[in-house]
Amino acid sequence: MGILEVKNVSKRFGGLQALGDVNLSVAENSVHAIIGPNGAGKSTLLNVLIGKLIPDTGSVLFEGQSVLGRKPYEINQMGISRVFQTPEIFGDLSVLENMMIPIFAKRDGVFRMHAFENSADEREIVEQAEAMLESLNLADARHDHAAAMSRGNKRRLEIGMCLAQEPKLLLLDEPTAGMARADTNATIDLLKQIKDERDITITIIEHDMHVVFSLAERITVLAQGTPLVEDTPENIKGHPKVREAYLGEHA
Amino acid sequence: MFGLNKKDGLLFLFVIAITLLAPFLLNPFPTDSAMAQFNAGYPDLLQRFAIFGIFAIGFNILFGLTGYLSFGHAAFLGVGSYAAVWMFKLFSYNVLPAIVFAVIMAALFSVLIGYISLRRSGIYFSILTLAFAQMSFALAYSVLSNPKFNLTNGETGLQVYDTDPQIFHREGLPDLPHLFGLSVRATYELNLGGWSFTFNLGYYICAVIMLIVFYLAIRLFRSPFGMMLRAIKSNNTRMTYTGLNAKPYTLAAFVISGMYAGLAGGLLAAMDPLAGAERMFWTASGEVVLMTILGGAGTLIGPVLGAGLIKYMENIVSKINDNVLHQWFSFLPDGFEDVMVTLIHPFVGKGWNLTLGVIFMLVVIFLPGGLVEGGQRIARLFTGRRGRAAKRKSTQSTPAE
Repeated sequence: MGILEVKNVSKRFGGLQALGDVNLSVAENSVHAIIGPNGAGKSTLLNVLIGKLIPDTGSVLFEGQSVLGRKPYEINQMGISRVFQTPEIFGDLSVLENMMIPIFAKRDGVFRMHAFENSADEREIVEQAEAMLESLNLADARHDHAAAMSRGNKRRLEIGMCLAQEPKLLLLDEPTAGMARADTNATIDLLKQIKDERDITITIIEHDMHVVFSLAERITVLAQGTPLVEDTPENIKGHPKVREAYLGEHA
Repeated sequence: MFGLNKKDGLLFLFVIAITLLAPFLLNPFPTDSAMAQFNAGYPDLLQRFAIFGIFAIGFNILFGLTGYLSFGHAAFLGVGSYAAVWMFKLFSYNVLPAIVFAVIMAALFSVLIGYISLRRSGIYFSILTLAFAQMSFALAYSVLSNPKFNLTNGETGLQVYDTDPQIFHREGLPDLPHLFGLSVRATYELNLGGWSFTFNLGYYICAVIMLIVFYLAIRLFRSPFGMMLRAIKSNNTRMTYTGLNAKPYTLAAFVISGMYAGLAGGLLAAMDPLAGAERMFWTASGEVVLMTILGGAGTLIGPVLGAGLIKYMENIVSKINDNVLHQWFSFLPDGFEDVMVTLIHPFVGKGWNLTLGVIFMLVVIFLPGGLVEGGQRIARLFTGRRGRAAKRKSTQSTPAE
């Protein structure tokens, strides 16, 4: 029984069968990659996992509890954090404040009216946030506007913000899309470090095979809304069906 | 200092000083001089500065922090006024219970309107609040004023009559709003040389309340709650995917700003025990938006400055008439004098709105951060050299580290 269990999920958009009978089991503390050509249903699957879309059939269980029909913030409070394709951070806030918010969210839950304490006086929160920035090598930028950072640093910050909540499952949606090679490698290193240091399950959706093969322990190949194969990276590399799916797309 | 950091503490002290000394500062011209018409230090206007300052501070908590642009805040102002006048009618002319009741009623109204309007964001939220405010206006103007059930007294406006119960009213208490027996109209006139300064109890009640709520607003801006509100404005998606529910945060901000508006409405009634439906009209809602943007949305002091500027123009520029203009340009040859008067005429007197519009356009185009940004730019001109020198020094020291 994995930490995340997707059973018989299907989703139609009008005439398009975006997902057809998807079964997926993500083992606890593993790095599981979902790959597939464009239009394979990767994003639809991800949106089902985080509660943005409700599938037509099937179930999604996280630690044995259904996530379907829950609000995104409820799913987050269950222990699932999401990193977006384009970094979603609080651009108008300082880097330090960006890091403080998830720590507040972890401590206080979905809502707490903290109206007359000074946020700078919350020493504990500030210290945790600064330690987290230190570990991400972002400490020097802590008083900068988050929007002014480079793409790579925004990504680091976003991953850090997700980690600050100590999620059980981290979902990454093409974390290196549109990044320069150096930033991509830095992100891979960061994710490797996270995997080694923490008890965390990572599910990653990715186009870039270099990223997938450097990180993943299990890979599911999705094609036309259904899982084609699921195996270790070594076996996936030489799998004829995978070659066909990808070559078929490129040809 | 008062739990504020150094910068905010200084700002607060500065505002305290300005507010308490306003009767001096706003009366810089001797009473007999030609410039005396620019004096703004008379009680009626000073009260308006403080009251609309409160209104704008509250509006800024919603608009400046969360970015939700309400076009219906005047509804809460009106509710506050009606609530206060009802307290006068039923119980006594003491302003304190009236103000408390005004805030409570505005809070209830804003929970209702906020809960519904906040189901949408952006322009739809603005339109919903506008619709609610116009509904309130219509209710107050006609629906709730019929012989069977007269809550608002329609066109005439709600006021206190001799036949009202006023159960706590006693002989010897002023027949006007008062604070434990001290009439809000109580004034002390100080004549110094050619100058005359008026100190009015009503103004000081408004001023002290404004200082209290200004202080609360600073605390709120710097609190974790304020940070969450700014986070909602910055990126609602990330907010949701960080496990935070934006709805109660925005609703709390909406209700707080509604209570500020109710407080302002209550004070308006306390200074002059009369409440009319026009206080809820959409132009009144628009005015507070102008004040906030003109002064600088999201800044602490901006809305107060914006409120001050608009109320000053409404009361001072509108008093300049053609006779005054002829006096000013009397040194010019006759023809030129008439030309100048004709040119300026549309911008003064009843045309003060035109001047306001021009100023508003200039500010929005050249100073998107409002008057506060203007102030910062001027401050930078003066400290610029020192700032650059300090910077150079710090860059020189960097390699040594």
